[in-house]
Amino acid sequence: MFYREAGDFKTSYEDDSQTFPIKFDRLRYYAVLAVAFGIIPFIINDYWANAVFVPLMIYTIAAIGLNILTGYCGQVSLGTGGFMAVGAYASYKLMTSFPDVSILIHILLAGAVTAVVGVLFGLPSLRIKGFYLAVATLAAQFFLVWLFNKVPWFYNYSASGQITAPERTVLSIPVTGANTDAWAKYMVVLLFVTGCAWLARNLTRGSLGRSWMAIRDMDIAAEIIGVNPLKAKLSAFAISSFFIGVSGALFFSVYLGAAEVGEAFGIQKSFLILFMVIIGGLGSIFGSFAGAAFMVLMPVLMKNIFVGALGWPTDLAAHLEFMVIGGLIIVFLILEPHGLAQLWRIAKEKLRLWPFPH
Amino acid sequence: MPDQFLYAVEVIINGLMAGVLYALVALGFVLIFKASGIFNYAQGVMALFAAMTLVGIQKGQIPFAKLINTVMGTELEHFPWTVPVIPAIILAFGVMILFAIIVEKYILKHLVNQPEIILFMATIGLAYFMEGFGDIMWGPEIKKLDVGLPQGGSFWIEDMTIGLGGENFYGFFIDKLDMVATVVAILLVAALTIFSQYSKQGRALRAVADDHQAALSVGISLRFIWVLVWSIAGFVALVAGIMWGAKSGVQFSLSLIALKALPVLMLGGFTSIPGAIVGGLIIGVGEKLFEFSIGPLVGGATENWFAYVLALIFLVFRPQGLFGEKIIERV
Amino acid sequence: MNVMSPDSYVTADGRTIGGTLMEMKNITLRFGGVVAIKDISFDIREGEIRAIIGPNGAGKSSMLNVISGFYVPSDGDVWFDGAIRPKMRPYQVARQGIARTFQNIALFEGMSVLDNIMTGRLTKMKSNMLSQAIWWGKAQKEETEHREKVENIIDFLEIQTIRKTPVGNLPYGLKKRVELARALAAEPRLLLLDEPMAGMNVEEKEDMSRFILDVNDEFGTTIALIEHDMGVVMDLSDRVVVMDYGRKIGDGTPDEVRNDQKVIDAYLGVSHD
Repeated sequence: MFYREAGDFKTSYEDDSQTFPIKFDRLRYYAVLAVAFGIIPFIINDYWANAVFVPLMIYTIAAIGLNILTGYCGQVSLGTGGFMAVGAYASYKLMTSFPDVSILIHILLAGAVTAVVGVLFGLPSLRIKGFYLAVATLAAQFFLVWLFNKVPWFYNYSASGQITAPERTVLSIPVTGANTDAWAKYMVVLLFVTGCAWLARNLTRGSLGRSWMAIRDMDIAAEIIGVNPLKAKLSAFAISSFFIGVSGALFFSVYLGAAEVGEAFGIQKSFLILFMVIIGGLGSIFGSFAGAAFMVLMPVLMKNIFVGALGWPTDLAAHLEFMVIGGLIIVFLILEPHGLAQLWRIAKEKLRLWPFPH
Repeated sequence: MPDQFLYAVEVIINGLMAGVLYALVALGFVLIFKASGIFNYAQGVMALFAAMTLVGIQKGQIPFAKLINTVMGTELEHFPWTVPVIPAIILAFGVMILFAIIVEKYILKHLVNQPEIILFMATIGLAYFMEGFGDIMWGPEIKKLDVGLPQGGSFWIEDMTIGLGGENFYGFFIDKLDMVATVVAILLVAALTIFSQYSKQGRALRAVADDHQAALSVGISLRFIWVLVWSIAGFVALVAGIMWGAKSGVQFSLSLIALKALPVLMLGGFTSIPGAIVGGLIIGVGEKLFEFSIGPLVGGATENWFAYVLALIFLVFRPQGLFGEKIIERV
Repeated sequence: MNVMSPDSYVTADGRTIGGTLMEMKNITLRFGGVVAIKDISFDIREGEIRAIIGPNGAGKSSMLNVISGFYVPSDGDVWFDGAIRPKMRPYQVARQGIARTFQNIALFEGMSVLDNIMTGRLTKMKSNMLSQAIWWGKAQKEETEHREKVENIIDFLEIQTIRKTPVGNLPYGLKKRVELARALAAEPRLLLLDEPMAGMNVEEKEDMSRFILDVNDEFGTTIALIEHDMGVVMDLSDRVVVMDYGRKIGDGTPDEVRNDQKVIDAYLGVSHD
């Protein structure tokens, strides 16, 4: 009854091309924002912030970034972990070199630095395609991790080789360091994830987004109808890396507080983000949220069930988790290669017609 | 001869032998890619799983002991027997064949006609699954693999070569295990080449590689071919698992040899057997030589990325790989 | 055989044909040892419908690919709009005002019909990345302007009802039409059609022929097309180039070509007259 487009006539092209053309969707979107900004910060505690919300939203930013490159522009990347590391180390160097500048600006700058590095490693994409490119991005992953490990300048010559985020404040409320409240972490990350999702949505619906998708669907035809492949691919690498860099900066400074590059940003991270994008749905911003939520919540849930409720040893539960993740990915690819976002679309389509089947 | 030069020669020889092992792993990739268009990321985990299975069978471990113990409250650990090397290898190969059949039946069959990238991601999922499965089945601890291969440096070669250099040169240090691995790898490559060129199944395999549809239409069973190549890849994985496991124990890092094989594939091309071999040798020698000459200047451990960067640079200038033909694009 | 005045003239059905828009001069195209096109010259005049015909493997598609910049000729020059075309990438050729359709439909399967047609306007959209990122000011205004142009084409080709359908779900005939729409959206000066009627039934062919004539008539677009259906070619086109084994064996009006003995021998076989 309520989920209808009938009678809701659009009288301008702006109205017709808005993000949520159906009124109910629009209302729900505002409701989600209201809850996220207006209610959750007041009731959140350390466990929910650290185990669920903060990692979920940080991974969402990374997933949006990878989704732009892989889901929208069709360039598979296995270097996400390495690019997150660039964001993390850039933010660390900026934080320690310019302590007076706002951390928020540092995080954005870290994204910009990552964008430059991303373009550099994106250059081969003009010559190398498909799998070869996917494997080539591993060069970025391994080289960057090695670089941050071996060059002491990056970790300010600390004895442990780790980087540790000093305390930084926004409006004199600490957002990094040991004294940060759960709600402050939550708010910073929420701010970034909302901004990133909004930017990503805008970029993917305009001419730039169309040129990415054209390259993704058929690169040769795209070039013949007038898409400059150099510009399309490199802009996708730049913007994707920007988001991933922001995510890496937040992951290190707000979430972890201290990081060792191989452990925090190893190849496992690249795969984790890739899984989020696949399970969520390639080429969908909503899918990035859904995929990140799935990959963050599932281990929490499994741990609660097997270790908490059934009393299994943690290592056994961890192995089982691997099996379940792997199995789920296969099942997803077989049943619904377009991910959770597609399931969501189908559900909405059904709801639009409900109670009639067609 | 100057010692420095002799050290470099030693590095090259060791690099060549490492390269043969890379080529061996890469070969497993090439076989599956040719026959089914699948880039099998799980190849490395298959090697780990095969090695774990071999060790488990040899020792008479009870599979899933820990899981059963946790759920049922029992105290199982070992069967009252151990299995000699040869039957254990045959049994482990049997497990890999079973694995191939299961993969075909429950995964590949359902993913026919999907884009290559979806298939690739499915194998990443498979790799995760097998990693967890292997650990639950045989336990996650590092295992010692002993199938009676010789270990340690060869004194004979050291004695033979000691006279070449100055007084600080003690002869070439070459691991006996590496030498055995090289011989085995060469034999395996030769056997596979002969199989694919001269046997009936090999011909069917090449037909499938050329054109799935056409192969189907002349009565080749695609499903049988897939089981076949995954079994062969399982065997290659077993051999690679034995070699690497004997060298540094059966542990998680063994599955990372897949990552070593990827740049080899980029160099040699995903479909070329000679490419895999030559690529493996180039990468093996290249990374050892680079680590030997440049490594000390930049803090070492360059082996982690050198192969990738080399392959990347190479591909930028020659996108079709070592043995590929020039790509003519069509619309 | 090709005697025509260099100046513009008016055809029997009242259309004005202008001067030379594109000229191919001694084009040769080699792939390794294979010669796909051998020393071919012809011109395309402003406002005309020019057909390239020939048996399979004659090099027609290769010729179209040379015109659209996808292949660079091994020898010879391409002249467009009175100037020699320097070596350039296909997307730069597209920006000069050459749009095309493909023999095997090359639509972007992951996008809706509307988005596909909007890609045709990419060459004309200029708003910068930042403006697009915040979706404010120029980007949004530009989007609306171009949407209007695209909607005109959607009306023209009568595909309003499928506007928001993903192209992957469309039947073949409609896909061909969407592809034409995408090419038209670029407002090309020269439109290249690679077998626009291949695989269509009679009704669809008639529709497509009508659209081609209407495009030429209403927008004054110059059209070069490859087609197998001889009836269609002879009816539609003003002049025809005939190719065989990479060489040009005939050039002229449909009537001239039809009666050319070399063409009859090589391609048409025994004349049915």
